[in-house]
Amino acid sequence: MNRTLLINGKVHRVDLPDEVPLLWVLRDELGLTGTKYGCGVAACGACTVHMNGEAVRSCQVALGDVTGAIVTIEGLGTPERLSVLQQAWADHQVAQCGYCQSGQIMQAADLLARTQDPTDDEIDEAMQGNLCRCGTYPRIRAAIHDAAARMKAEG
Amino acid sequence: MAGRIRKIARRSFLVGSVAIAGGVAFGVYKFREVPPNPLEPTDGAIPLNPYVIINRDGVTIITPKAEMGQGVQSTWAALAAEELDVDWEDITVLHGPPAQAYFNSALFGEGIPGLAYKVGPTGAYIRDLAGGGAKLLSLQLTGGSTSTRDGYDKMRMAGATARETLKIVAARRLGVGLGEISTASGEVIARDGRRIPYADLAEEAAAIETPDVELRDPSTWRYLGKTMPRFDMIPKVTGTAKYAIDVRLPGMKFATVRMNPRRTGMISYDASAALAMEGVETVIDLGSGIAVVARNTWIAIQAAEAVEIVWDEPAYPKTTEALNALALTAFEQPANSTPRDEGDVDKPQDGTEIAAEYEAPWLAHATMEPMSSAALFSDGKLTLWSGAQAPILARDGAAEAIGIASEDVELIVPYLGGGYGRRSVADFSILAAKVAAAMPEVPVSVTWSREEDMRNDFYRPAAWGRFRGVVRDGQAIVLDGKIASTSVINDSSPPADPNEKQMGDRELVTGAWDQPNGIPNYRISGHTARTGAPVGYWRSVGASYGGFFFDTFIDELAHAAQRDPLQFRLEMARREHEPSAAVIEAVAEMSGWGKAVPEGTALGVGFTYSFGAAVAQVVQVSQRDRGISIDKVWIAADVGRALDPGNLEAQLSGGAIFGLSAAVMGEITFKDGIAEQQNFWDYDALRMHSAPATEVRVLESAYRISGVGEVGVPPAAPALGNALFRLTGQRARKLPFREAFNLLV
Repeated sequence: MNRTLLINGKVHRVDLPDEVPLLWVLRDELGLTGTKYGCGVAACGACTVHMNGEAVRSCQVALGDVTGAIVTIEGLGTPERLSVLQQAWADHQVAQCGYCQSGQIMQAADLLARTQDPTDDEIDEAMQGNLCRCGTYPRIRAAIHDAAARMKAEG
Repeated sequence: MAGRIRKIARRSFLVGSVAIAGGVAFGVYKFREVPPNPLEPTDGAIPLNPYVIINRDGVTIITPKAEMGQGVQSTWAALAAEELDVDWEDITVLHGPPAQAYFNSALFGEGIPGLAYKVGPTGAYIRDLAGGGAKLLSLQLTGGSTSTRDGYDKMRMAGATARETLKIVAARRLGVGLGEISTASGEVIARDGRRIPYADLAEEAAAIETPDVELRDPSTWRYLGKTMPRFDMIPKVTGTAKYAIDVRLPGMKFATVRMNPRRTGMISYDASAALAMEGVETVIDLGSGIAVVARNTWIAIQAAEAVEIVWDEPAYPKTTEALNALALTAFEQPANSTPRDEGDVDKPQDGTEIAAEYEAPWLAHATMEPMSSAALFSDGKLTLWSGAQAPILARDGAAEAIGIASEDVELIVPYLGGGYGRRSVADFSILAAKVAAAMPEVPVSVTWSREEDMRNDFYRPAAWGRFRGVVRDGQAIVLDGKIASTSVINDSSPPADPNEKQMGDRELVTGAWDQPNGIPNYRISGHTARTGAPVGYWRSVGASYGGFFFDTFIDELAHAAQRDPLQFRLEMARREHEPSAAVIEAVAEMSGWGKAVPEGTALGVGFTYSFGAAVAQVVQVSQRDRGISIDKVWIAADVGRALDPGNLEAQLSGGAIFGLSAAVMGEITFKDGIAEQQNFWDYDALRMHSAPATEVRVLESAYRISGVGEVGVPPAAPALGNALFRLTGQRARKLPFREAFNLLV
């Protein structure tokens, strides 16, 4: 059926069955390919986006269940205008293959929105749903701490 | 003598230039044979494989290497840029087209008999010349930690030749002597201050003969030896990096495949339920499976699962138990290779004799990006976007599969969402080509489901080690090891060259036969199992289990000799290979080895020499309420020369975590001829809460430069296992460890 979605501040209209997961609406219908498919069963976190300001696995959100504004990695910042978190990620040269990093960053953004200065345990708790086969975890942790410090400094 | 050999080695390739539209390309070709020019193969032109292109758009550096996370494209660019005097932010990096010219000469240098750690100048020269063999195999391969070695001279020579050629043109134009000309920031600068951008000199530069050049002394380097920002980093943190799975074209359809997970044919299929689903366009018969083309990938995956398929039986035993029992019969046959046989291991010796058996399971690659490609078959020609680690194989395989010439395939290699060896197989590229050929003029994105990726992988084969040894007076005096496994080189795609038997058998026991320790009676034999199971290159290949078997047994020998396991290794390495001793010493210092550790905490050491690099690791484990935690891993590696320290740190740290993931929980089992694991919930890896902190030190004393993509993996499993032994008193001889140890995951 016809639906209207608010994604990264823009209105999109799609005509698809209600059960199609948001992930595939973003990737295949709207061309927002920054959100990645990794598992389809909420086991890897590569598809993480924000819905109403909360991190969700877009492979598990059916189109019919989308309520409110969606933000994807493309909405967080752009190459010309990085968010503080993305800048920290770049400064720490976190990505290797990079495929999981959109999801990692979206999850970390959710963490920092709730917890100003997360401890290592809080980072473990928040990030354990996001798999990285290249093993970039130590740099992800460093980038999160660094971003938290920068956000604090910027008030 | 050394100087002359270096000179000859340097001349085992020639640098040249060729005119291109609006500019010039500098590159390298092998003097013995002139390969086709992948840029513009025209009659009479000088065929050349371009590495540096200068035109009106500026400087483009071409790296014929897949970027799968290891940072190779940035490091290769730095090699050329170092000589070229161009600012980092002004460089564009492209992945080159497939061309025989881009063979990986370093890869097959490793096929020469002899111990890599004993290579000096002469040996290095012979190995480099032997590298020509890679071309026979059409391997423009990114793998084996060989890229850095492959590009180290070629890219710098291309950059230096470009610089000197541009200087000659500028000197003529300005009417000054060459001595009055310098270069900086993409410009030629005369002593009087006049400047000409490279772009303005490019066309003229194509018309003159390239001069002989000398490479700059490393002490003057400005990019190399420093951590440079990777070109792929901003795209990867903004979701704008394009992987094959992300290619989008107007009118694109979305497909998935479902192939026989028993790796044989398809008896019959019924697609009626799938075809009735909303959004499904068509179902394509691929012979040994089907493809569903749909409006989006999700619909395609749902529909593919709804196709009822009767598969053929597998050509290998159906269960893990039966498969492994068959593999183990290899021990009953004479050894297929004994690459190391020093002294006499069979001679009775006084001392303490010990024996141990080890086991390593089947493993999947499980790259984060599942196998995926995009393809468009139009006017009898194929455009293929595929994350190929061996693009020539992918291109030729795709062409053959749909009955067109290789020249009619344009292969574009985007970023790879992980490779680890999986994407060296051409299967996924070939299937995408077949789907596109069945849908002429329609661009198709072909994405495998995670489940399809898991059950149609080419697995790291299971392996077994049977070791015995004797210690006397605190020394190891006998080490006799036998390893049985399926040969990846013999049994995987691609089929190997005429030397395959010897090479396959040697690779089967790598990580064990080639270790520097000076044990006087030291024999390693390989028993090649013929299981018929689908096997493939998995990050660090044979060393992934050979290193575990061998180094764990060294730890057991140390224990039997009542010696400190690190000192025991250090003493042995010092007899044989100083860089290996140095990394063991370094990791001891980093980890505070030998100092008291808190109650419930233990350290274990691991060491493996592989792919030309000595790597030692110390793992710290501790007993927590809920299980055993892997707290930290210290890593010391000798890479000969550190081109990008930050990237080396990332690769070694990531390699250790990759190795630890497999050691803790990696296991593929088979039932009814099909891999039982389906997704990340049952084939998981370490995550943020279970991965250790890492600390890396890079040493530079080895004679040759080495890559680091693989070498962080092998010592991780033995270091963890040896730590678990020290914590619990129980030996960790069977991977994955989670079965016998309550590890926190």
